[in-house]
Amino acid sequence: MADGNGKIRDFGDRQYNVIGTRPIRHDGTDKVTGRAVYGGDVRLPGLLYGQVLRSPHAHARIRSIDTGRAAQVPGVRAVVTGADLPAPASDDEIVDLGEGPARIKHMRDNVLATDKALYRGHAVAAVAATTLHAAEEALALIEVDYEVLPPAVDVLDAMRDDAPMLHEDMTTQEFGEDTGRRSNIASHMRHELGDLARGFEEAAVTAEAEVHTATVHQGYIEPHNGTATWSPDGHLTVWTSTQGAFTAQKQIAAILGLPVGKVRVVPQEIGGGFGGKIPSYLEPAAALLSRETGQPVKIIMTRADCFEGTGPTPGSCVRVKIGADTSGKLTAGEAWIAFEAGAYPGSPVFAAAMCVFSCYDFPNAVVDSFDVVVNKPRSFAYRAPGSTHVAFAVEKAMDELAEKLGKDPVEFRLDNVAVEGTRRSDGIVYPRIGARECLEVLRDSEHYRSALEGPNRGRGIALGYWFNVGLKSAVTASVNNDGTVQLVEGSTDIGGTRTSVAMQFAEALGLEAEDINPSVGDTSAIGYTDVTGGSRVTYATGWAAYEAAQDVKDQMIERAAKVWEVDPAQVEFSDGAFRTTDGSQSMHFRELAGKIDDTGGPVVGSGSVDPESGVGGSFAANIADVEVDPETGKTTVLRFTVIQDAGKAIHPSYVEGQMQGGSVQGIGWGLNEEYFYTEDGRMANSTFLDYRIPTTLDLPMIETIIVEVPNPGHPYGVRGVGEASIAPPPAALAAAIKSATGVSLNELPMRPDRITAGLGSGAISMAAGD
Amino acid sequence: MPTVWVPTPWRDKLTGGRQQVEVAGETVRQVIESLETQYPGFRQRIVDEERDRIRPDIAVSVDGEVSAEGMRRQVGASSEVHFLPAISGGSNRPR
Repeated sequence: MADGNGKIRDFGDRQYNVIGTRPIRHDGTDKVTGRAVYGGDVRLPGLLYGQVLRSPHAHARIRSIDTGRAAQVPGVRAVVTGADLPAPASDDEIVDLGEGPARIKHMRDNVLATDKALYRGHAVAAVAATTLHAAEEALALIEVDYEVLPPAVDVLDAMRDDAPMLHEDMTTQEFGEDTGRRSNIASHMRHELGDLARGFEEAAVTAEAEVHTATVHQGYIEPHNGTATWSPDGHLTVWTSTQGAFTAQKQIAAILGLPVGKVRVVPQEIGGGFGGKIPSYLEPAAALLSRETGQPVKIIMTRADCFEGTGPTPGSCVRVKIGADTSGKLTAGEAWIAFEAGAYPGSPVFAAAMCVFSCYDFPNAVVDSFDVVVNKPRSFAYRAPGSTHVAFAVEKAMDELAEKLGKDPVEFRLDNVAVEGTRRSDGIVYPRIGARECLEVLRDSEHYRSALEGPNRGRGIALGYWFNVGLKSAVTASVNNDGTVQLVEGSTDIGGTRTSVAMQFAEALGLEAEDINPSVGDTSAIGYTDVTGGSRVTYATGWAAYEAAQDVKDQMIERAAKVWEVDPAQVEFSDGAFRTTDGSQSMHFRELAGKIDDTGGPVVGSGSVDPESGVGGSFAANIADVEVDPETGKTTVLRFTVIQDAGKAIHPSYVEGQMQGGSVQGIGWGLNEEYFYTEDGRMANSTFLDYRIPTTLDLPMIETIIVEVPNPGHPYGVRGVGEASIAPPPAALAAAIKSATGVSLNELPMRPDRITAGLGSGAISMAAGD
Repeated sequence: MPTVWVPTPWRDKLTGGRQQVEVAGETVRQVIESLETQYPGFRQRIVDEERDRIRPDIAVSVDGEVSAEGMRRQVGASSEVHFLPAISGGSNRPR
């Protein structure tokens, strides 16, 4: 048991001084006292205010746009449309954004539509004016001549041969091959492992599930914003809320046809992202307006803009069939997964395909996955993209198999859980992972062993997975002569990573976390660093900080040797102190720092990494207790525990925060949240009043148990922790609701009306609640 | 020799349905060249010839780890090589 509200189960044996403690976060005071500067706070001389006109139609051809009247509004300085953006060299030109490739034409058309509006909320024009009101008045005077087309808003409808085509020239791709089939199915992929037919022949029991999940938004509190100033010398500077300054730089440069060296991105504090602040939406338009006016331009989205104009996680249909033999060993798994990509291809369906059977050992498997364009905003990443959708389906089927076999659901999972050496259905073999440990800790927890009494109450459990990633990170460290260190990192800080990175640096040099002053650099101040995503920052940027500390240590050894007038080979470092190998001299880091001005000047260390091995995926397990009101169908979460493998928790409070945050988002996804669409493709609930995310009043304290199975691929055993916790909650809640009511729900969210409908019929189908 | 796991969509077309093939090579580039020699059609599906690199929509994994080095990535005699979809919207480096 550790301090704080959670428990830690440590499977490692290393002892640390700083790692594993809970210092106050470096940016905490500024954030809780309102001093932290966010994108909306940016003020520049001569600042103009931008507004964006968005399509009222889900699907329409743009015949023409007349901006003449808008430009005459007093105070209006410029109006731009998609025609003002440069055309890419070819329709197929790709930019690598570090976390995945993107087609420049699609990025450009998503920023400002050209030939077609592909979803309600699609940006079609932008205005800059001296006041926000003048800009708004001008928007109303822009005349867009639309040819309204029938929309395709549901994935299964969009896959039909007679569905309205979003992109007339789109043909289905199959892993590097063009099938030539015209379709809204942008791509199809199949993974096949072993012999599926034989696997099902060996099965004594099988279970099937077909689930449907709604479009869900990341729900970050701070809306998107961007301020741009285009200098007469051709340099563009952008201040924005982004998960990756360098990724924003690449996107903006590609969309505007600029070399990256002409674009500087200054990341501001970020009020939540969860994957949704990787793409750039406003910045290129603000840049165009700045170029036209010669003044800086700021644009901030409304909440409705965020819902309707940015990338949520896709709606989906997932079908699975799994089988086990009489001993309870899984023999086969088959999955069919279709995701709504939104207006342009690129949903996380291929990640889902790799996650679908990732928690267990399926010796025989076939997984088909389909990326389907629909008339909704282009979907984007949301915490463990794709994993929640498929966990909902597979965990339902696992519970059904356990029931048919007469086995305890946890023991059945433990009999089949993935371990080091298990081959996933996509062919990859696991290194050391902590899935078994998570389930064992769940089984042995006080929560799972406690009795749940009372009517209409039920308990469910589930397991989920996320890959985690490495990617590129850079850190520089400058030693002050008082022994403190200025640490500059390239990763924007969403979840307290300034501190978790600083702690790793401090650990390496025997310093305290408070000795380090961490800050996030802009694209002109630090080396290239990939996005804050994929649960990578504490892992990879922390590793870069470790490397920077080694660089500083080596330079300080040189300085100590100068002070003592010995050869550097005669100086060693341990426990925060430099010593001569004969033991005659010793000096703490801080003392030696006071001598750097006299021994050669500044000591600046750097570290850069692009880890290619040992990233180490993370697993999360849930126990959910619920009570269902049989009259209203309302589900109350009574108690909820999340267990997750963190490798090594650098700052346990922040790990717990990630686990709790992911759990709450997963609970919202499971019970409340959805884009509610009208038949003509209009989102009917684009406010937080109607799009219901859970609040503190809705939920109990989320209990956490950190499992520490050290990752051998990291200097301190770290695994990313930001995402896996969102994967299992809907599945655990579905199991709990079934236990409480007997109703097996196949559609997210598990709304009250769907539960009451199920209580009436004894079982519920996809349409029963609508 | 390294073992290449043949992506499912290519098995019938390129390797007569075989899930895995063994080919010579000490780098991904050499493995692809060996594949092309023995099973013509691999290279055009994997390589962006204009940029002399792995196509951006494909990720190559060696022993379970996707490498930014792409064609230059070293491959051991007992390595497993996989060609996977590069994932947009989340991570293109599944582990």
